[in-house]
Amino acid sequence: MALCDVLPGFLCKFPAFDEASIRMARKTVDDGFKAIVRSYIDLIDAAVQPLQWFLNYLERLFVTSPWPIILILMLAIVYFGSRNIRITIGTAVSMLAIGLLGLWNDTMVTLAMVTVCTLIAIVIGIPIGIMMARSDRVQSFINPILDVMQTMPSFVYLIPVVMIFGIGKVPGLIAVVIYAVPPMIRLTNLGIRLVDKEVLEAADAFGSSGWQKLKNVQMPLALPTIMAGINQTIMMSLAMVVVASMVGVGGLGKNVLQAINNQFFTVGFLNGFALVAIAIIFDRTSQAYGRRLQKHSEVIHG
Amino acid sequence: MASHAIEVKNLYKIFGPNGKAYVDAVKKGLGKAELNEKHGHVLGLQDINISMPAGGVMVVMGLSGSGKSTLIRHINRLIDPTAGEVLYDGVDVCKMNENDLREFRRHKTAMVFQKFALLPHRTVIENTVYGLEIQGVAADASRKRAQGWIERVGLKGFENHYPNQLSGGMQQRVGLARALTNDADILLMDEAYSALDPLIRVDMQTVLLDLQKELKKTVVFITHDLDEALRLGDKIAILRDGKVVQQGTGQEIVLNPADDYITAFVKEVNRGRVIHVETIMHPLGAGPQGVPVAAGTALEGAARMMSAARSTTAHVVDANGKPVGALDLATIITAMVTPADHQQKAA
Repeated sequence: MALCDVLPGFLCKFPAFDEASIRMARKTVDDGFKAIVRSYIDLIDAAVQPLQWFLNYLERLFVTSPWPIILILMLAIVYFGSRNIRITIGTAVSMLAIGLLGLWNDTMVTLAMVTVCTLIAIVIGIPIGIMMARSDRVQSFINPILDVMQTMPSFVYLIPVVMIFGIGKVPGLIAVVIYAVPPMIRLTNLGIRLVDKEVLEAADAFGSSGWQKLKNVQMPLALPTIMAGINQTIMMSLAMVVVASMVGVGGLGKNVLQAINNQFFTVGFLNGFALVAIAIIFDRTSQAYGRRLQKHSEVIHG
Repeated sequence: MASHAIEVKNLYKIFGPNGKAYVDAVKKGLGKAELNEKHGHVLGLQDINISMPAGGVMVVMGLSGSGKSTLIRHINRLIDPTAGEVLYDGVDVCKMNENDLREFRRHKTAMVFQKFALLPHRTVIENTVYGLEIQGVAADASRKRAQGWIERVGLKGFENHYPNQLSGGMQQRVGLARALTNDADILLMDEAYSALDPLIRVDMQTVLLDLQKELKKTVVFITHDLDEALRLGDKIAILRDGKVVQQGTGQEIVLNPADDYITAFVKEVNRGRVIHVETIMHPLGAGPQGVPVAAGTALEGAARMMSAARSTTAHVVDANGKPVGALDLATIITAMVTPADHQQKAA
């Protein structure tokens, strides 16, 4: 005999609101949201227009430039960033492989997308991180928002993004930035908060203003942590680019999406590996660059 | 630009969310332990009255937790007092607004820290110009001034090293050069030498004394080491549990310790280096005998001169060479050993 035979019904089946009222509530929220979006559509479009231009410009630049120029430029950036010949050779080999497999153009589209997303994430993330570090109040307000942004399944916030901005590159870009900006904010905040109190006190004792303290002490000393944040942001943008292809972002992500829909095993993996290659190039280069910035802390007096 | 004295008057610091509320109770005799137990506030400083001599070295001495680091941070107001005044050139530092305080810190004070507190991402010279940089002094002028001080503290050739590449003693030389480059009247040294090896510490004390001879800044020096205090201090204040237990010259403290606590402290002191000849001399009897010793010489120095001259007597002469008193070896030895009653009290 099951326990539910003797218990009153509401203890066995959770007493939910009845379906009609839930449907009503849902409809009200959705319709209200749509109405708001509809009335501000021009404003929203105008606001994101610059993003569209920037993204299109960069994409066209990457795709239409002759590939040797892009390749040489990329190798130069990697070499001067990392000063490491192995990373540079690895970059050359993987980019050539990508080109030989016919993925060059798609890779360029993805590269443009990730570049723009990372830049936006840095521009938004660092000031917010600084504000969080300066005030516990701001921190306790922003932290839960970041928690939601990071744990909310990425597909879910594609919905409001699409409702507001429609289908296309810019909504994809916004979704990627939302997904990728939290580590930038968190690590900027953490880096500044971890700055040695003694050094800050010294800066105060010499009469530094708030801005001088930020510029001369806090930001430089937080830089390794901030670099780790940038690195994380790049990695997360690359991961999200695939998901964002569902709302119309082109490039490698779109190929992966098509491969899923059509069960093209080989295509899926080749595009996947191309993404992995870009990710590793970005990761190794930015980490090596970050370490080079910290050269002063390596030589310890014995 | 002459240095001014710093007057600390009736200074109280009570740490905690509502420190002001307990000042009156503390004035009426509420103790540190009771304040902490019943009200959850920590008594940092109580009723500090110190007049720090202009152009001299003021040493504040105490063990850890005595409030000495709290006290020095009131002078440039890195810590705000709960009650009381810190007067410099007639102005109360504690009442300055944010702008005045910043200007005061930039131009009137410079600080040296126990853990050096150098900027790790800047080279020695970049660290040294820091104070001038935030004052807005032009880069080449400030570099030139910084270079001079780097050479004075003995770091020539290390200008482009990073702090991490230097030993502790050298890092503190950078800290000192950074403070001196500011050319401020007040030099605050917060346990500046406590993290250094004993030999390097003595070395750095010499550097400070030599510089002070010509700079005549108002130096506030914090230490937990009585030998250091006696060597450097024109005036010494001893702090315990946030209160001044005794203040005076080194000689006064060694000869007349105010209580058992200080007696225990001064027991191990090398008195021969602290006590001056004029303190123990007796009246001239039958005219000056033996070697002449200048007033202000420590007993050890006098004894050395006497044994070099194979004489058991000496006479003290003042600045004009006029004999003012007589000395003999027995008196010097008696004064150099710790009195028996001090020994017992401390035991």
